[in-house]
Amino acid sequence: MIVEIGHFALALALGVAVVQALVPLWGVSRRDAALASVGPAAAVTCFLLVAFSFLALVVSYVRSDFSVENVVANSHSAQPLIYKVTSTWGNHEGSMLLWVLILTLFGALVAVSRRSLPTRLRAGTLAAQGFVTVAFLAFVLLTSNPFRRLDPAPGEGQDLNPILQDLGLAIHPPLLYVGYVGFSITYAFAVAALIDGRIDAVWARAVRPWTLLAWVFLTLGIAMGSYWAYYELGWGGWWFWDPVENASLMPWLAGTALIHSTVVMEKRDALKVWTILLAILTFSLSLLGTFIVRSGVLTSVHSFASDPGRGLFILAILVFFVGGSLALFAWRAPLLRQGGLFAPISREGALVVNNLFIATACATVFIGTLYPLVLEMLTGDKISVGPPFFNATFVPVVVPLLLLLPIGQTLAWKRGDLLGAAQRMSAALVLAIVSGLAVVAIMRGGPVLAPLGIGLGVFLIAGSAWDIGERVVRRASGASAMLSRAIGLPRSAWGTAFAHAGVGLSVIGIAAAAWSAEGIGVLKPGESLTSGRYTVVLETVTPRKGPNFTEDVARFRVSAGDRQLKPVEAMKRVYTARAMPTTEAGIRTDGLSQVYVSLGEPQGGGIAVRVYDKPLILLIWIGAVVMAFGGALSLTDRRFRLAVPRRAATRTVIQPAE
Amino acid sequence: MTATEPSRIVAPRRGMSRKQRRLALIGAAGAVLCLAAGLVLFAMRDSIVFFYGPTEITEKGLQPGTRMRLGGLVETGSVSRGPGQRVTFAITDSKTTVQVSYDGLLPDLFREGQGVVTEGVLESAGRFRADSVLAKHDETYMPREVADALKKQGHWQPGDAGAQKPQR
Repeated sequence: MIVEIGHFALALALGVAVVQALVPLWGVSRRDAALASVGPAAAVTCFLLVAFSFLALVVSYVRSDFSVENVVANSHSAQPLIYKVTSTWGNHEGSMLLWVLILTLFGALVAVSRRSLPTRLRAGTLAAQGFVTVAFLAFVLLTSNPFRRLDPAPGEGQDLNPILQDLGLAIHPPLLYVGYVGFSITYAFAVAALIDGRIDAVWARAVRPWTLLAWVFLTLGIAMGSYWAYYELGWGGWWFWDPVENASLMPWLAGTALIHSTVVMEKRDALKVWTILLAILTFSLSLLGTFIVRSGVLTSVHSFASDPGRGLFILAILVFFVGGSLALFAWRAPLLRQGGLFAPISREGALVVNNLFIATACATVFIGTLYPLVLEMLTGDKISVGPPFFNATFVPVVVPLLLLLPIGQTLAWKRGDLLGAAQRMSAALVLAIVSGLAVVAIMRGGPVLAPLGIGLGVFLIAGSAWDIGERVVRRASGASAMLSRAIGLPRSAWGTAFAHAGVGLSVIGIAAAAWSAEGIGVLKPGESLTSGRYTVVLETVTPRKGPNFTEDVARFRVSAGDRQLKPVEAMKRVYTARAMPTTEAGIRTDGLSQVYVSLGEPQGGGIAVRVYDKPLILLIWIGAVVMAFGGALSLTDRRFRLAVPRRAATRTVIQPAE
Repeated sequence: MTATEPSRIVAPRRGMSRKQRRLALIGAAGAVLCLAAGLVLFAMRDSIVFFYGPTEITEKGLQPGTRMRLGGLVETGSVSRGPGQRVTFAITDSKTTVQVSYDGLLPDLFREGQGVVTEGVLESAGRFRADSVLAKHDETYMPREVADALKKQGHWQPGDAGAQKPQR
């Protein structure tokens, strides 16, 4: 019964979304306050309905209701409870329902947020969000209905894809979707501004928290996805420049540019048209990502069974929203009043450079990801664009950006002093060079670029620390004065410093990968295999039984030179329902480094074993978490918590109904 | 950007007019874009790998030494292991068969009779040395290129090995 109610709620939500999309706009154009204020109520109702529907699906999964087709195809009664819940979004239909849930959640958040938004802006934003909601609800209801019944109901489900039976599924998709879909709000704000025909610092200040929020979650989502792929796929890679990964990287890059350009707009009332365009592009890239992932048009290592028919529907949605908003942009953008220009050597100038490089980097990823598709359409040739392409294009664009970052960070607004900034950063630069040289001296030889990468990372971290340190020490004497000054610094300054230092940490982690080592061998109990700094000894191989799988557990002793680490277990599992094997890597963390042990096939009385030494690899993800922390700090900045002063009520014809 | 707007910035210093600044900005943007375009074109030449099915290798007269992706079905009964980490198997589109050798551990879902994509170097018309075998996440997933390559030889319908039951 709850299944039918859930289905009904979803259909009802579509109706409410139509109201949300049309009525507020109509109200604004008729200057009817009552009609215009329908938006928030509709957005909240829509969210509650979708939430109920989602809950209904979760309940069916938890109860293992095998009369529901979706539950049968992706669940098993022997699964632990947590995986029964996460199975809900471990498949196409459920994950699209989660997508829509988050979409409506953001609509509802805008509706209830107490920040005073200009009435027209709020109405326009909710309407634009309503249009996106309508499209995706229609998609779910028409092509991906998760509530379809099966008659007769089978006695047991087909189980969830074993690779997804992992805590990663509980964390990665929700985080990623909050990021991906969160950018729908900035898109809606941009469309509303274009319709309204005005855009100013109030707009920038209203949009920035949403952008930051989405960005923080997208950062965490990508990092979590990367770590999940690293430990689950069993071959120790953490980024493959795979289409599905690029699909999430592109909105992240565009979103990063957007965060920076909204600052310029907020502080200096400049870069308006560009910021609007970025806001549109960011969500467009999110939609493109959804299309790539859901349609399977590009062969990916992360591909699951996909359906081209649904891909076509998403393509239609993509074309409508991207094309529509860009057409609106082309029509309305020239009418937006331009902000001032500014001196090239200034904080805003540096942020323009930032945008320029990030947009270019994003473009190279875009070309590399979609070129195979275009070429196949034009010539029929099937090609793949792999890591060499991205290493040769993305990296050379990003490195200069990172080199300039600490200098730009310390430039003053309006009119900066490049020489002074460079001088202030000289200490950080010296530290970076020294650490690079130290690495060369200690490692003796090895790849040339890696010490440069480490130096770059140190430069970023030291630059951020120096920037904050200087602001704390300046004009303050005594520890207590410095402390109070440190606390008194705007949170956004701390946020910037943390985010940039996080980039530095990740850069160090990535550079250190140059010293990673791999060893492969066939081991019998008692035999050992050395890889880099670590030696593992196979102790025992024993069978074990899990709730819905059986596994062979190989236990290894791990040592680094004379140091004994805790033993590690690597597994080869077979999930009974699908008779599908998976490899569960054994990972032992040693400081910031990891030993990674993964099993292959049994061979001649032994078992194939792969051992990796992954130096400092944890820094890659720690860096991402620090970046997200920085973003979250900025989000708590005073200027976002306080009510924004209403802009002069010249054009606010509509007053909220009392 | 319109030129008639009221100037809100401080008067330009060091003789750089508004127009010059705008030109400088556009110039910088152009330079970065050119750099990126150059990099892209350069990288496109070397780092793109074409995908072929077994039959296409002879059809297109590919030379030994070509780096490529090869995809098709793993022929049943063709997988043999050793010496060491060496694995050999045959990839077929049911018309032509290519012997593949690979050093390393195979992904979990590598099975006889199922679709596979490998990347490596063509040694001769019938021999291929793979340096990677692409993993996949889902036993019902058939790489699109493989499905197309098999369709071309007229031996594949949805429902065949590897692509059975498109799940839903």
